Order: sequence, then structure tokens, then C-alpha cells
Amino acid sequence: MKIETPLDVARVRRDFPIFGRTVRGKPLVYLDNANSTQKPRSVIETERRFYETGYANVHRGVYLLSQEATEAYDRARARAARFIGAASPNEIVFVRGTTEAINLVAASWGRRSLGPGDEVLVSGMEHHSGIVPWQLVCEERGAALRVIPVTDDGELDLEAAEGLFSPRTRIVSLIHVSNALGTVNPVEAIVALARERGVPVLLDGAQAISHGPVDVQALGCDFYAFSGHKLFGPTGIGVLWGRESLLDAMPPYQGGGNMIHTVTFEKTTFAPLPFKFEAGTVHIAGALGLHAAMDYVSSLSWPAIEAYERTLVERMLARLAEVEGVRLLGAPRRRVGVVSLNLDGVHPHDAGTVLDSEGIAIRAGHHCAQPLMARFGVPAAIRASLSFYNTPEDCDALASGLRKAIEVLRG
Amino acid sequence: MSELRELYQEVILDHSKRPRNFGKPEAVTSEAHGRNPLCGDTLTVFLDLRDGTIRDIAWEGHGCAISTASASMMTESLKGKSIEDGRSLYEWFHRLLTAPPDLGPPAGPLGKLAVFTGVREFPVRVKCATLPWHTLKAALDRDPAPVTTE
Repeated sequence: MKIETPLDVARVRRDFPIFGRTVRGKPLVYLDNANSTQKPRSVIETERRFYETGYANVHRGVYLLSQEATEAYDRARARAARFIGAASPNEIVFVRGTTEAINLVAASWGRRSLGPGDEVLVSGMEHHSGIVPWQLVCEERGAALRVIPVTDDGELDLEAAEGLFSPRTRIVSLIHVSNALGTVNPVEAIVALARERGVPVLLDGAQAISHGPVDVQALGCDFYAFSGHKLFGPTGIGVLWGRESLLDAMPPYQGGGNMIHTVTFEKTTFAPLPFKFEAGTVHIAGALGLHAAMDYVSSLSWPAIEAYERTLVERMLARLAEVEGVRLLGAPRRRVGVVSLNLDGVHPHDAGTVLDSEGIAIRAGHHCAQPLMARFGVPAAIRASLSFYNTPEDCDALASGLRKAIEVLRG
Repeated sequence: MSELRELYQEVILDHSKRPRNFGKPEAVTSEAHGRNPLCGDTLTVFLDLRDGTIRDIAWEGHGCAISTASASMMTESLKGKSIEDGRSLYEWFHRLLTAPPDLGPPAGPLGKLAVFTGVREFPVRVKCATLPWHTLKAALDRDPAPVTTE
């Protein structure tokens, strides 16, 4: 048995300058990681260094700076390919984030592949970005959404899922880890069902990417999307991975510079992958920052991160169970440290304001998952979400903060 | 804590726990629906407008303590008032919440509504307090009867 060195959280926290500040006179308790993650110094430094000493546009210049920037951008792409096990860097398309990645597939693949009566299979726990892009293309093409139901525990109803496949199912678009419930979905099982029927699968990896290793070959999916800013990287950069054969056959998503081969007013031919999908000037510094973020995460060990986060989520659930009137949304068996809850007699927004006064950052609202909130019969919820830089004391602070919210609001 | 106490004053907590004028009344001449898509707060304001007067006003919906108390206190302060006064109070309330935090509550006809001064310290919560009032304005604007400016 391999003994893993446990995660040194004190050392990790020193890598994140944000933890040097206080919020409303209190140490920062950052529990909004499902929304966005904080940045390690190496990411911040990488962007700064690029702008200070290496900045130029990519792919265009004959001069050294542009050549260096191009090489750094290409290295970031190769790093992303390695990070998720892509067969080639050509399968990595840099986008603004998960939302743009799904929109790209819905618009480009969807417009070409969906027709009247066709079906797109999604789940009841999708983020709005896994619903709306498909709705838009379905409306345009006369196709329809089918929805895998969610159980009371906050898991996918696999039996129902199987029954929802039909000869008209053209694609499955599924959230890998729920941003609202923390559920780790049995995506392998859904992929197996889809493969038997020759249906491609897109996985929304926005939440999964920061909690464990992702290997697209092992998952067996056809598209994978994630955002840099949820992986300790910059905002405005993300990745769409797709199998080369699929991406190759898809028409461009946006037209413009960088994505063309030749342009005349009669006919334009397009650049090869991945440039076909990267119209206009790309987010170079973002890609470099994302490279640094992936390096940072890889410098820690996934088993150590997973083991540590498991202890954190157990601590959080135990502390929450001690607070009177806490009602959790779902109780998934396989989960990451994302927990949504309601507090009897206290609206999530009011709880959020009280927690903020204690320096505790959480999300209050519908978490861009209104259909899921409706499924659980709540208009809104409090969501606390962990990362490997959180401490057991953060979990305790959340519980005391909620008690204070009860005290203030119930009067 | 003192800022929190300023925000969640007794009268606000009281109205949030026991909202007044809650539920659709019999006679309704105008109504409007308001919604904050960011947080999911939603409410409907019902008006019975006759002869330039807000004969009855009530509301239905759900939201946080601030929006619930704001809706409840709004209906209390407007029942029986002239439509003109209702519009004027809307302006005053808006001014109360958008004034710089260091300014005291503005004078004028706000009365008890001045308890919402504390919301100014919490800019992200201002929309909670103003949602019922924006909805009121929509309901007033929808009123088919001509609005007198005299």
C-alpha cells in the first residue's frame, strides 16, 4: 500500500496571498469555491511576468516577443491536454469558460446534427449553462430536451435515465459534479448507456476539475468542458476538449481572424484544429495563468487533496448537523465538498449577510440551477463549498455563523 | 454587529415574521408582479384604486426578511393614501436607499419607513428593499385611470 503524505494545509495557504487579508475585521473564511476559486501566487506571478516582460500577440508576429508568446500559449495548450488526458493538444480549444464551451458545442455540433424530433438528454441537476444553450438550439432545430430526474437524495435516477434514451437521442449533456449538491454523478454508467447506442456525451466539468483527477479517456466521454477560474486560474479562460474526429467535422462557432486559412469574398477556408474554434485575439495571459494553475495543482497530490477534502466535508456535515433547523439539500453518497442547505425561519440572503459580517463568504441564491431548486421545493439555498485550502476551523466558523444568523433573524 | 442591528431592527424583524396585508384581496383594479432573478425573490402587489385613492393595497410572495418587511410596511403606509402620495412616497423611499450612507435619513413623509436607512450600509441588499416599491410603481402605472398631476 502506498502511503500518501498528507496535505500540508498551512503551507498551501501561504501560497494564496488572499488569506493574508481580513474581511470586516475577521480572518477570511472563503467557502464560495464552487462559485470561483482563489489564486495561488504562481498564477498571479505568471500573468504579471508575461505582461511585464513577455507580452505580444500570438501567431502573427515575425519578431521574437510574438514568437515567445506563441510558444508559451502552445505550451499552455499542451499542458491542458496532459492535465485531462487528451490524445493531442489539437483537441484542446481555449474558450472563455465552461459556459462558452457548451455554447460552442450546442451551436456548432447541435446546428449540424439536430433535426426536428431529435432529442438532447440532460439531467435535472444541470447548471443553467447546461440547459439554456441546448434549449436555444433545440428551439431552432425543432428538437426537444429530455431530462434525467433527480432523486430525493440528490442523485441521478439511473433507471429512469436508461428509459429516457430513445432512437432519437442525439447527444447527452451532463454535469459531472453538481455545483449545487456536490453530487459526483456516475458518468461512467451514463457514458456506457450512450456508447451502446452510439450517442456522444458532453460532460460539464466545471465543478469536477478542482476536486479530483480527470482523465477523458477513462471517462469515455466525447466532449469535456471546464473553467480556469474554478481551477485556481484566471477568469475568462477555459477549455473545451473534444475528440478530434468530432471537432474536425464541426463547423466554426465564430468567424474572424486567427480561425481562417484563406479568405476571399467568394469563399473562406478554415484553419485546422484547434484554431478553427479560436476566432479573434485569444486570452493569452489567461492561458498562461491556467498553465500555472494546472502546474500548481499537479505539484500537490490528488490522493492527498481528495483525502483532505473528504475529512473537511465530513467535518462540515457534522457541524451542520449540530445546528438546529438546518435542512440539507440532498444526501448524495458520492460527493465533493459542496453543500446546499436551508435554515428554518431564516432566508438564505439574510443568513448570507450575517455570515459576511463574520468574514465568511458563501453563496445564497439559486446557484444557477433553478430547475433543481424547484425539484427540492425551495426558491433559494445557502451553499458552502470547500477547497483544499480550507481548514477544519472554517467548517466550525460556518456553523457558528449560522447560529448567529438564527439569533439575529429570529430575534 | 451594530450595523447588523441597524439593518435588522425590531420593526423590520416583526414585519418579516408577521407580514401585514398579505394575500390577494377581493377587489383588485390593478396588480403587478415583481421578481429579482438574481435571488429568486418574487411578489405580487394588488391595488384597489378608486377616485385617485389607494383604497386597498395588499401583496403576496416570498423573499428575505428585508424584502418581506419592505413589502409589508409599504402596504401599511399606503393604504388610504392618494395615488399621488403613493408616487411621491416611492420617490422618497428610493432616495432614502440611494443616498450616501453617511447622510442621515431624508426628511419628508417617510415616517416609519426610515428604519430602512440601515440597508444603505449593505449595497447588495438595497434591491431587496426596493423590489416591492418597483412593483408598486408598475401596478400604479398599469392603472387604466388617468393619473392626475394636480
